[in-house]
Formats: sequence, structure tokens, C-alpha cells
Amino acid sequence: MTYSTSRPITLAFEHVSVRFGGLLALNDVSFEVAEQEIVGLIGPNGAGKTTAFNVACGFQRPTSGTVSFPELGKRGLHPAQLAKVGVARTLQGVGLFNHLSVLENVMAGAQSRPGGGLWSSVMGLPGGLRHERVLRDEAMGQLERLGVATFAEALPGGIPYGIAKKVSIARALMTRPTLLMLDEPASGLDEQELDAFIQLIIELRSTMSVLLVEHNMDFVMQVVNQLVVLNFGQVIARGTPSEISHNPDVLAAYLGLDE
Amino acid sequence: MSAFLTSSLMHNIFGGLAQGVVYSLVALSLVIVWQSTHVLNFAQGAMAMFATYIGMTEIDRGIGYWWCVIISVAVGMIVGGLTERVLIRPLYGKPEINPIVVMVGFLGVLEALSAAIWTSSTRNIAEPFSQIFYHANGNLVYLSPFIIFQIILAICIMLLVAALFRFTRLGLQLRASALAPEVSRLLGIRVSRMLTIGWMLSAGVGAIAAVIQASGSFGLFPTNMDGIFVAGFIAAAVGGLESPIGAVAGGLLIGLAEQFILAYWSPNVAPLGGIIILVVALMIRPQGLFTKHAGRRV
Repeated sequence: MTYSTSRPITLAFEHVSVRFGGLLALNDVSFEVAEQEIVGLIGPNGAGKTTAFNVACGFQRPTSGTVSFPELGKRGLHPAQLAKVGVARTLQGVGLFNHLSVLENVMAGAQSRPGGGLWSSVMGLPGGLRHERVLRDEAMGQLERLGVATFAEALPGGIPYGIAKKVSIARALMTRPTLLMLDEPASGLDEQELDAFIQLIIELRSTMSVLLVEHNMDFVMQVVNQLVVLNFGQVIARGTPSEISHNPDVLAAYLGLDE
Repeated sequence: MSAFLTSSLMHNIFGGLAQGVVYSLVALSLVIVWQSTHVLNFAQGAMAMFATYIGMTEIDRGIGYWWCVIISVAVGMIVGGLTERVLIRPLYGKPEINPIVVMVGFLGVLEALSAAIWTSSTRNIAEPFSQIFYHANGNLVYLSPFIIFQIILAICIMLLVAALFRFTRLGLQLRASALAPEVSRLLGIRVSRMLTIGWMLSAGVGAIAAVIQASGSFGLFPTNMDGIFVAGFIAAAVGGLESPIGAVAGGLLIGLAEQFILAYWSPNVAPLGGIIILVVALMIRPQGLFTKHAGRRV
């Protein structure tokens, strides 16, 4: 656990434990995500990665310890407060609204922003309509950025999984996050899509921090600055990708080796 | 043209449309509540009736008709919001049958309460426009100012609601909250507020339907919305529960079917019109005539 950074901290886990009955899903987990840093949270199935995500975004309260957003001056946020302070999360799977078009799904990402008041929206006043138009244009821009603008009017149920994944990321980007949390973003993408996606994630780093959970190690190794390895709810290693790839504890956890 | 306007066919079309728009509004109110909270509100008609009693009996105190309509709609919205907060909110995440049972019980409570406060006898409410049919060249045209008002008002409400859901930020938030509350929260949508607003909107539209119904020759009595609710419910089901346009079309279809059965067969079997349409619609398209198919992931 040698990793350290001098940049301001966006997200900090401090001695976080989560207990479900007799199961200790997270055990004294501590790590940080710094500004403009991409952190990968990895570990075998059942290691506690998604639980850590759920704790970070307030779906799950920690049994002990704290989760804070030091740069934002916040701690222990509820899910509905996250978007307002600049934290966006995609879900494992896709999590799109099935009966809303792809474009509407992406527009839904901007709902925490001020503007377009209730009355101007209901009564179709110019202010409300202008706000709608601006959101629509911005959502189209995000879809174009991810190369899926041609699916704008489609329903999520009718589009391929890889495309839906990108739409969910476009929606998260609509919140204009300073911290983007991606739950298995590379799953369902083919090799060609993956290359473009790696470029996108690296490009995002200039404007935000990214915390991602991912099983695809080729992808993870190419994009992250720091890896946090969980096993049985505990952090067993932290470091740069090259440090982690030679860490015997990590190899043992992943490959079931004794050494 | 004049002969057509004065024909019995025209009479039945306008009669059917006038009743159909009331069904459409009830169906629309059910669709709103379904779209925003995924609850089937079996007390929709009774809530609208109760709000209409509170608003329209203000006429007795000398308050003008239109103010009474506004009071009815406002009371309807308050009742809708309170119902969601007090009766429905504790039931989210519970089996789907629970809110249905609670709302059927609430229907009984509202009807009994109305009978206790205002008695069961029918109250006639003076309509704002004449119900006397027009004449053209000495022949009766089966169209009255009240029917025209009824149809235009209903169309305006429906367009407003459809535009709200389709084109506004509030509509998007309402739909998103109903479809996936957890995801919506992550996106910063205040889901609990949206659920309440959905119920308020729905109850407001329901109250307008009840006011129109009570203002006609039908009158106002504690169970006056029961039959209307059944027809509105069938209309919503025919349209697919998700689609405001489907609800409106379903309501108009049922209104017309009932009117034609009444005219050419027997008044006693008129309510069969809705049932026949429901059965045929479910056989042709079980997910509803106007529901966009969500598709299958490939």
C-alpha cells in the first residue's frame, strides 16, 4: 500500500466497514481518489467492489468509517445529492429508462441543474422551451462524442448492449461531474469499441476524476493511474498498474496461487 | 350537409364523443398516476367525486361556477397529493396488490363520507352553457354549447398533459422517477417530490372529468363516478396504461360504442360496449393499442 498523491482528494474512504448480518462485505477499507486521477477498483467476484460503490453513493450506509468528498467539502451524501455536487455513477448492467428514448435518457442526466422552472416548463413559456432546447442540443452533443448519436430516437431495449453502455456514460456526463464512477464500463464492448473507449476515458481525465470497477484487466491496465485491489472485503494492495501486476498477494488472490 | 348534421347518426356521434371525453379524462388521470408511480388508483373516480362535492357545493354560497371549478380542481390536487403522501408512500416496495386493496378501501370510505355529509340524493349543478341543441333551417342539430365546451375543454387538457409529459423537464422527471427511482435519484431527480406531483396532476385531471360529468344532466351523487371510472379504466387498459394518447383514444372509442349500442340495440346493454372493445383490444394487442413495444435487447 505504497500509493500516494499530492493532488487534492476528490473521494476518500476512511476505515469503511460494511456488515450484512454475519458477513463482513467491507473490512476497514481506506483509499483516495485524487483530482484528475483514474482509479480502478479491482478484485475477484464477491470482493466487495460494488458494495464500495454503493457506500460511496449513499445506497449503502457504512457500519463504521466514513466516506467523504474533501474537495467538495461533503461527506455521507444521499444518492439524490450526488449529482448536485458533481458526482455521477453508472450502474452495473445499463440502468437506462426503458420507455424513454436514448436522447431522453441522456437529457435526464441534466435534471439536477437549475433552470427551466416548473411553470415555464408546464406552460411552455419561452424560458422553459429555451432550456429544453439547450438540454436537447447538449445531450445530442454527448451522444455524438460517444459515437452513438444515430440511436437518439431509439428505445434502449432495441439497441445493442455496447451502445446502451455508452448511452449510460453519456447520461452520466450530462451531470457535468467532477467525479465519475463507472461500474464495469467495458463489459459488452468489442475490441474496436474498447480502443475508442480507452481514449475517451483518458480524455475525460483532464476535466474529472474517475473511479471504475472493471473485470477487463487489459482495459484497466491501460487507463488507470492507481489500482485498489479488494479481496474478501479488504484492501490487499494499492499502487500503479505496474506495481500491482507484480504484487504476489494480488496474483494469489486472482489466480488462487499460494505465491 | 345540413341533412347530415341533423341526422340521428350525427346525434349519436356527438353524444358518444361528449361522454367519451369524460372517459378519456378519467383514463388520462389513471395513466398519469400509473406513469408516475406505477400504482393503479381504484379510488380515482371517488377522489374526483369528493373534490367536486367540495368545490361545486360552493355554488350554494353564491360563488360563481368557474370559481367552483377551480376550487374543485385545487381540492382534487390536494386530495391527490395527500393520498400519495399518507396512504401510498408507506406501500412502495410492498407487493403490488397492497396499494390496490388500500385504494379500493379508500373508495368505500370517500363514498360513505360523501353520503354522510351531502346525502345520497342527486344534486343538479347548473351547467355554464346551455344544453339545448342548436337549430339549422328549422331542423335540430344535435350539438349544444355545453357539448362543444365539454369536447374543447377535454381536448385542451389532454394536449396540455401530453405536452407536459413529452416535452417538459417536469414530464421527463415524472417518467424517469416512475421507471427507475434509484437511477433517477443518482441523476439528482427529487423522486419523492415527483411522486406527489404525479398524484396531484392525476387528481386534478380526474376532478375536471367529474365536474363535467356532474354539470350535465347526470348530476352529482356519491357513486356517480363508479360507472365512469370503470369505463375510464377500460379505456386506459385498451390504450396500454402507458400512453396518454391511447387513453384518450380508448375513452372516445368506448363513448362512441356505448352511444351506438344504446341507440341501435338497447340502453341496458350499452355498458357492454367497453367490455367488447377491451376483449377485442386484448386479443389483438395484449400490451395495449398505443404502447410502444420496449423491444428486446440483442
